[in-house]
Amino acid sequence: MIEIKDLHKKFGKNQVLSGIDLEIKEGGIFAILGPNGSGKTTLIKSILGMVIPNKGNIIVAGNSIKKTWKYREGIDYLPQIANFPGNLRVRELIRMIKDLRRRSADEDRLIKMFKLEPFLDKKLSTLSGGTKQKVNIVLTFMFDSPLIILDEPTTGLDPASLIHLKRLIQEEKIKGKTILITSHIMQFVAEIADTIVYILEGKIYFKGSVEELKAKTKQTDLEHAIAAITTTTDHA
Amino acid sequence: MLKILKYSFFDLIRSRWSYVYFLFYLLLGFVLLFLNNDVSKAVITLMNIIIVLVPLIGTIFGVMYYYNSKEFTELLLAQPIKRSSIFLGQYLGVAGSLALSLIMGLGIPFILYGLFQSDAIFDFTLLLVTGGFLTFIFTALSFNIALSNENRIKGFGYAVLLWLFLAVIYDGIFLMSLVVFKEYPLDTFSLAATILNPIDLSRILILLKLDISALLGYTGAVFKQFFGNNIGLVISIAMLSLWTILPVLRLSHKSKRKDF
Amino acid sequence: MSAYTNILFIVFCLVLTVQRSFANTIPICVDCEITTITEGVSVAMEYDTLLINKGVYKEFNILIDKPLTLLGQDYPIIDGEDKGEIIRIISDHVTLDGLFIINVGTSYTSDYAAIRVVKSEHFLIQNVVLEKLFFGIYLEKSSQGRIFHNKIIGDAIDEYNSGNGIQLWHSHNVEVDRNIVRGVRDGIYLEFSDNITINNNTSTDNLRYGLHFMFSNDDVYTNNTFENNGAGVAVMFSKRIKMYKNNFRKNWGTASYGMLLKEINDAEIKDNIFEENTIGINIEGSNRITYTKNDFVSNGWAVKVLGACYANTFSQNNFLYNSFDISYNSKLNDNTFEQNYWSDYTGYDLNKDGIGDVPYRPVKLFSYIVNRTPETIVLLRSLFMDIIDFSEKVSPIFTPDNLMDANPLMKRQYDRN
Repeated sequence: MIEIKDLHKKFGKNQVLSGIDLEIKEGGIFAILGPNGSGKTTLIKSILGMVIPNKGNIIVAGNSIKKTWKYREGIDYLPQIANFPGNLRVRELIRMIKDLRRRSADEDRLIKMFKLEPFLDKKLSTLSGGTKQKVNIVLTFMFDSPLIILDEPTTGLDPASLIHLKRLIQEEKIKGKTILITSHIMQFVAEIADTIVYILEGKIYFKGSVEELKAKTKQTDLEHAIAAITTTTDHA
Repeated sequence: MLKILKYSFFDLIRSRWSYVYFLFYLLLGFVLLFLNNDVSKAVITLMNIIIVLVPLIGTIFGVMYYYNSKEFTELLLAQPIKRSSIFLGQYLGVAGSLALSLIMGLGIPFILYGLFQSDAIFDFTLLLVTGGFLTFIFTALSFNIALSNENRIKGFGYAVLLWLFLAVIYDGIFLMSLVVFKEYPLDTFSLAATILNPIDLSRILILLKLDISALLGYTGAVFKQFFGNNIGLVISIAMLSLWTILPVLRLSHKSKRKDF
Repeated sequence: MSAYTNILFIVFCLVLTVQRSFANTIPICVDCEITTITEGVSVAMEYDTLLINKGVYKEFNILIDKPLTLLGQDYPIIDGEDKGEIIRIISDHVTLDGLFIINVGTSYTSDYAAIRVVKSEHFLIQNVVLEKLFFGIYLEKSSQGRIFHNKIIGDAIDEYNSGNGIQLWHSHNVEVDRNIVRGVRDGIYLEFSDNITINNNTSTDNLRYGLHFMFSNDDVYTNNTFENNGAGVAVMFSKRIKMYKNNFRKNWGTASYGMLLKEINDAEIKDNIFEENTIGINIEGSNRITYTKNDFVSNGWAVKVLGACYANTFSQNNFLYNSFDISYNSKLNDNTFEQNYWSDYTGYDLNKDGIGDVPYRPVKLFSYIVNRTPETIVLLRSLFMDIIDFSEKVSPIFTPDNLMDANPLMKRQYDRN
């Protein structure tokens, strides 16, 4: 589904990605983990074409993404910070995104699921962080694309919504979609991820299943395994 | 691009600032006409305001809109839309709504006043055309500045500086060179210096159409000869278009290489 | 002066009436015994009246060599058919009245005129209409006459092949009153002519000047209107000219002005209106002139002073909405500005005596710069110029220190509307 070869990215003097090679196969949930500033978001944005790599190549669904934009029709993206134009209403935003993508969507089911009906005619600037995140989730999941990228999807969500979100992700997985997630909540990752990719200082330090990671670090839970991977690599 | 243009445009048209800007021109038009009772005199006063204010508003508004719509931009970037379309769409939305405010704001009082029966219609049209050009030019320049500067304060600073340069400092340098080199024939230099700055070019284009051009004397005669014929007019329009197109090209070029 | 002229004129009229009682009236018409004016003149006795009836008389070179009155009835047309001069008066006491003279010949070697008066006195030319002319009424060394209520309508296009409407050359004590002159080179032209009175004339749309003085002294012109002429009114190399209550309007053009004063001394300019001229008054090398109670309205430059001009006084004038009030090309100032009203004045009057407490400086920095480097005028109405004008106003550095109106009026004087 996604093939990343020798990806380099520098912001000014700050080398963020230094030679990432990664292959993500079709189907399943991939979690990209790493400490703050390790380059998770940059990697995701590179796949989305929002960040232009200095070097390297990214292939999505068999085609290089350089200088094209059409491939994004096959991606649903949930950005990390839900910033929306403040003077739009929720209903208008949903209609606008649908209009821009010219695709049919099943937003009604999602709106009902996250109980957003009372907010549909409110301006986005008046919404709380959690509600905004729900809107964000609706915008992401209302389309039916083969690749879904979620950047910190759990931010600000209440427990009920979190359960809905997990169910949504599982549903999409069952449909055979590829789902890319970054998150800090290890419990969440452990629960849903099939494969874990660990990034540190712009390089991939680990790629494998949760079990493989636990085995490698000889830890029983993911949180400790992640903490241990840093120390083991420090030794390495 | 048209969709982005549509959304930016309607977003702006509904915003408070567009109304303020529109009402300002509306009020200005009415006040000028009803205090002056003379369309051609009103055109002169308007020219003074337009060559200063339109570039300033275009600059400030452009920078402000760019920074304020960052979220919208980022939302759009993840969508299957061509990058340059996003920025060009937003640019055209801003410049278009500003130009519309200007044209409607001034046009309505003048039409109510009986512009179509007046000889000043060509002067007035020229005024609006140059005003429109200045809007598009300065909005494009400010978008460029904002795109190249992540820091808002810096971006605002550079934008205001750019306006100050073209509206004031340029003329200061122009004046100094005329005074210093007064022993030499300066007609060609004056012409070139005027054509190169869109504000000066607009000012001269309008001045030459008005009675006041008689004050320009011999230099004015040279200018009139140049701008009076078709080639001069074509060159002026071409220059204003160039001032619009070059920043737009850079905007589209730069936007393709920027990280978000 | 004018009393003297008037008495003279009354005497002259009396003489005419007395003479006329002995004189005959000779009718001229198509069916009359006499069918041409030339024939009429030759058969007439001195002081006879030729009564010219309505009709077209195709004649030119009509020589009037004895005192006669040519009286037209219902404007008979004398058509010169472009062959040359039409009427030449070489005798004293000739009156022309009510004629319509057209088609004067144009020549590059002789100044053909519709009516030429040569070395004659006591002439009266009135109610005459001239069209399609070269020169109109040409006085040559002729004095003590009157040119009254004539209409001269030219169709001049180029200066080199057009003539003047009313020209006085070496002629003195002539009264030019209530004439309308339009579309010629100079509306009224005076050369070496002293003691001339020019009143109530309208001189408009002429190629060069509405009124033009050269080497003529002690003349007075009052209540005339000069509008839309190529360059306005020129007063050159003349002394003691009085200019009252005239209207100088709409002389727009790159080299136009309401009035040009060149080498003029001891003139008096009072109660005139200068409105919408590129330059209201252009002054070169003129001394001891008083400018009082004039209105300068909406001119490019109200007053432009070039070269050495000494001891001129501007007082009680209204300077209203001019782009530049005063322009100087030197740092030296020997002229006085006192108690004028300036619409650009922004001072205050704390003691309410009607006189501003801060002096007004009528020379803008921009006008000073333009004088030194004329090309800088291209920056007219730019923001930069407004800014430096403002700073110069706040703290003058470049403009002459003593060039100011120390007692500017707070209110406009003598509103004529």
